[in-house]
Amino acid sequence: MNVLAQVRGVSRRFGSFTAVHPTDLAIAEGEVVGLLGANGAGKTTLIRLLLGLLEPSAGVVRLFGAAPSVAGRRRVGYLPQTLGLYLDLTVAENWRFTASAFGNVAATMPENIRAWSDQLVSDLPLGGQRQVAFGVALSHQPELLVLDEPTSGVGPLAAARLWEDIRLAAQYGAGVLVTTHNMEEAQECDRLVVMADGLVVTSGTAADIIGDHTVVEVRCGDGRDGSWRRAFALLDGNGFVVQMDGQALRAAGDDEAVRDLLRGGGIDAVVEAVTANLEEAFVAIVSARDAFRPPAA
Amino acid sequence: MRWGLEHVRLSFGRRVALDGVTVPVEPSGVTVLVGGDGAGKSSCLKTLVGLVQPESGSVRRPPKQGIGYVPATAGVYEDLTVQENLDFSADAYQLPSRQRGGRQAEILDRIGLAAARHRLGAQLSGGMRRKLAVGLALLHSPEMLVLDEPTTGVDPVSRAELWRLIAGAAAAGTAVTVATTYVNEAARATSVVLIEAGKVLASGSPETILRGVPGALGAAQGTARPTPLSWRRGVSWRVWAPAGELPGGVQQRDPDFEDAVVVAELADERGRQRR
Repeated sequence: MNVLAQVRGVSRRFGSFTAVHPTDLAIAEGEVVGLLGANGAGKTTLIRLLLGLLEPSAGVVRLFGAAPSVAGRRRVGYLPQTLGLYLDLTVAENWRFTASAFGNVAATMPENIRAWSDQLVSDLPLGGQRQVAFGVALSHQPELLVLDEPTSGVGPLAAARLWEDIRLAAQYGAGVLVTTHNMEEAQECDRLVVMADGLVVTSGTAADIIGDHTVVEVRCGDGRDGSWRRAFALLDGNGFVVQMDGQALRAAGDDEAVRDLLRGGGIDAVVEAVTANLEEAFVAIVSARDAFRPPAA
Repeated sequence: MRWGLEHVRLSFGRRVALDGVTVPVEPSGVTVLVGGDGAGKSSCLKTLVGLVQPESGSVRRPPKQGIGYVPATAGVYEDLTVQENLDFSADAYQLPSRQRGGRQAEILDRIGLAAARHRLGAQLSGGMRRKLAVGLALLHSPEMLVLDEPTTGVDPVSRAELWRLIAGAAAAGTAVTVATTYVNEAARATSVVLIEAGKVLASGSPETILRGVPGALGAAQGTARPTPLSWRRGVSWRVWAPAGELPGGVQQRDPDFEDAVVVAELADERGRQRR
């Protein structure tokens, strides 16, 4: 596979703060790479480094085999978190402006945003604006797509349609780098890269990242007797991170400890260690790192 | 139904924001409103807490002192410290002075910001600010807690902490209503309302919603779209057959929430096209 964009040993400091520690990342033709991380983990900084919008403090950045340049960026479709649309222009005007900037006046507007042609971008809800920005970012058939939270605030059907376009672009050979806080969506990527504190802490498929992480599932009958409330209060009060999941509770930690605690509290429940989902594994990986850090002053 | 909206209709000028919407809200329950941007979630919540009056339909809510509400954008004063924010809310809710210190300490501990109590609101991360906003809304132990997209744009770690706060409030007896754009958060509800374009597409317990997906759902591989009623899930496709007959080569599977919402939206779209 042909590598489209790559950073090698790239880091970036802002004063005394290191936003990105020496990091390697490559995106090849036809693959969809998901970049995951907590807020402030360094994802957006890494994207800006990759596109040459920010100079690295150290390391090498290659965009289409050369140092990042305006010519290289013309082959990229970039959807920033801030969207990059002109709020005081209509959707059609935004479209024409971008098309002419890329010398691509023949591009036709996708159907999902055509209905909004004559509306000012500022009059659309944020989810609608995001769909317009996405359409604009894809309008010049870029070879590399860089999408910073493309579906935040977008409804599920509209998000599924954006993913159809992302997959179609990858099918035609485009490489895609996408960030998301939605772990269901992250599973649609071919490969995931997880960042924390400016470092890549793990990478691989969703199954690789889940690995052997487990959570404890607690089932308290049909829930009508309110026993889930007592179970929740007991676990929560004893420092377990507990979540509701339909009729069950899911807690991070050791199943024996949970079983003992509930038995001690006289709560009748079925307790079982089950495979974590991607979100739970992600939280466990990132929180484990936090545990080694002194708390913020 | 103890609290909530019943057949509520609300318009802003000629635009119909809510068209006969029912949202049940129960003590010890978590009602999750799921929908995209502009679906009408905020309008529901504003109607529920009494910030806007519906044209028709009924709204049941506790008296004002029994409501905690966090709007989508604000909820925290950025130029006050965490402690000053707590003091301000304690004043606003007229919390008796003998309860004040203890309750504030309890909330600070629950939201994990005890070490940050002298930091300005503006210096908190997005996730910390949302947790503080929820903490402030819980300070007066409301009967009903209403949160507008507390987890939008929040990373999964802070999101887990926020949901722990939400479930904790419900476990303590509070009636909680949460709006979200993250479909999978519906699994954390006792009651789910799917809303789109001001209309309820489906509602019920998470299990009811999943069982109520009409027709048949399947998965298929390949690059070409299998049927017009198909959508992408990663490298594979989901296929919905409203009449229950999946085409050959499509493997039947149980829907998850994402599927349930997409099917509801597709069904609604088809309904509108026929009209």
